[in-house]
Amino acid sequence: MKVTRFGIFTVLIGDRRADRVVPPSRGMARLTEFSAAAMAFLAVFAIALSSATGRLADRWASELARTATIRISAPPGQVEEQTRRVLEVLATTPGVGSARALTAEEQRALLEPWFGPDLPIAALPVPQLVEVVETGAGFDSDGLQLRLRGEAPGAILDDHTRWRRPLVQAADRLRWLGFFVMGLISLTTGAIITLAAQAAMAANEKVIRTLRLVGARDVFIARAFVRRFTVRTFLGACIGTGLGVGVMSLLPPGDADQGFLTGFGFSGTDWLLPLLVPPLAAAVAFWSTRIAALRRLKGLT
Amino acid sequence: MIELEDISYSYGKGPDLLSGVSLSLSPGGFYFLTGPSGAGKSTFLKLCYGELIAPKGTVSLFGRDVRDMTRDDIARLRRRIGVVHQDCQFVDHLSVTENIAMPITAAGQDPGAATRDIKELLAWIGLSAKADALPPHLSGGERQRVALARAVIMSPDVIIADEPTGNVDWEMSLRLMRLLTELNRMGKTIVLATHDLTLIRTMKQQVSARVLRIKDSRVALAGADL
Ligand SMILES: Nc1ncnc2c1ncn2[C@@H]1O[C@H](COP(=O)(O)OP(=O)(O)OP(=O)(O)O)[C@@H](O)[C@H]1O
Ligand SMILES: [Mg+2]
Repeated sequence: MKVTRFGIFTVLIGDRRADRVVPPSRGMARLTEFSAAAMAFLAVFAIALSSATGRLADRWASELARTATIRISAPPGQVEEQTRRVLEVLATTPGVGSARALTAEEQRALLEPWFGPDLPIAALPVPQLVEVVETGAGFDSDGLQLRLRGEAPGAILDDHTRWRRPLVQAADRLRWLGFFVMGLISLTTGAIITLAAQAAMAANEKVIRTLRLVGARDVFIARAFVRRFTVRTFLGACIGTGLGVGVMSLLPPGDADQGFLTGFGFSGTDWLLPLLVPPLAAAVAFWSTRIAALRRLKGLT
Repeated sequence: MIELEDISYSYGKGPDLLSGVSLSLSPGGFYFLTGPSGAGKSTFLKLCYGELIAPKGTVSLFGRDVRDMTRDDIARLRRRIGVVHQDCQFVDHLSVTENIAMPITAAGQDPGAATRDIKELLAWIGLSAKADALPPHLSGGERQRVALARAVIMSPDVIIADEPTGNVDWEMSLRLMRLLTELNRMGKTIVLATHDLTLIRTMKQQVSARVLRIKDSRVALAGADL
């Protein structure tokens, strides 16, 4: 679509003359402003949802990048052999960053708090420990467990990170849900503005005919409607965003180490994100009115 | 300038209102269009400025077939053809001055530059006092005068006026006609529909006007029998 002398910038700064050719309608203006304000208010919360769950997902994901442990309990003669096999399996397991068997000294250090420094570790059936460091993607612990059972029957994967992964996924999904809600809000805003623009065009058919009679092109006529709805929507969205941010700032401050509910809201530069709402709403109004108006004008001969 | 070739026109499925009309209006001409009420005068004029498009025959304006024109082309064409619609058609919430300036505004130009022209026109049509009035508050004759002022403000090549003197007194009629003859002397083409045969006879003594008459769905040049 060609946008000549009809950009969103021109629309916002003015050409009031074009605007004036359409009679002002108080009711329509109020409704548009109210709808835009309500949608912007909701958008602020959708952004907050995305932003909070995004932070949560990031934090949990970074905690996941930790170690898992494999315990090998076997009759004394087989421990060394099974440890070698476990390390072989781990070397070919996707998602495993590195793996190494703990030395006797390290194991002793781990047990020291319980049994004191003089523990004759070699003489006891203490399981051999293997430390596994995951890559970011993590490994498939069920698959690994199965392979270990085949290769080294005495090996048990102690996957203490497993319970966290679904949480990270849930947080991620919530973040996408936030984006989805934003999309819905934009589409709904577009639909409302389109309906309002169509109603305004229908109510002003006589004006449109008159403008045509004196040589007005479609873009000139459309501009009058576009400017009006864009400005109204922008104002409404500013009000709605202001209220939304105000309410957010009254919520208890989010602390990264606390749970989900207290973390709901913005932190740091995230507070700037709602600033995007009014221009975004204006852009949605601009395009919906423009498309609705030009389409309707095409049908009017 | 305005050429019609074998034009037929009817509204909906009705009988042909106009049929087999071939006609050429030459630049600088002064044309009266007359005929009984309901004969199709307004319809004929609408065909001449592209508000209606005939399904049969061709209308070419300034050498271009209207059927080949986009809506934008027609819009630009209207800037070269000033039109007084039979029911005037104003933007009701704008003042008389703003309505007269509307062709300038619609063309994307600054109407401020034409302030003096508008004042002079308003004085000529006797409506200086109504410069800020709204069209719905005007009398029928006042509306016609404002519509005429709007039609001529851009100094178009062609002025098409549908009954511009239908509601004004004789003196004002002559005054409006003087405006049109003045423009005609400047080379503008004038097409004017009217019932008023007295007006036509009077004007024929002042300008070399031709009279077109619609009768039995044909448009023909009237002879000396008027
Ligand atoms: N939009 C329309 N739809 C259907 N019929 C119409 C329409 N406009 C005009 N007509 C009919 O076409 C015929 C011619 O109308 P038109 O307005 O051209 O007549 P006219 O010669 O200008 O009459 P008048 O002198 O009363 O203005 C009339 O019978 C009218 O009823
Ligand atoms: Mg008529």
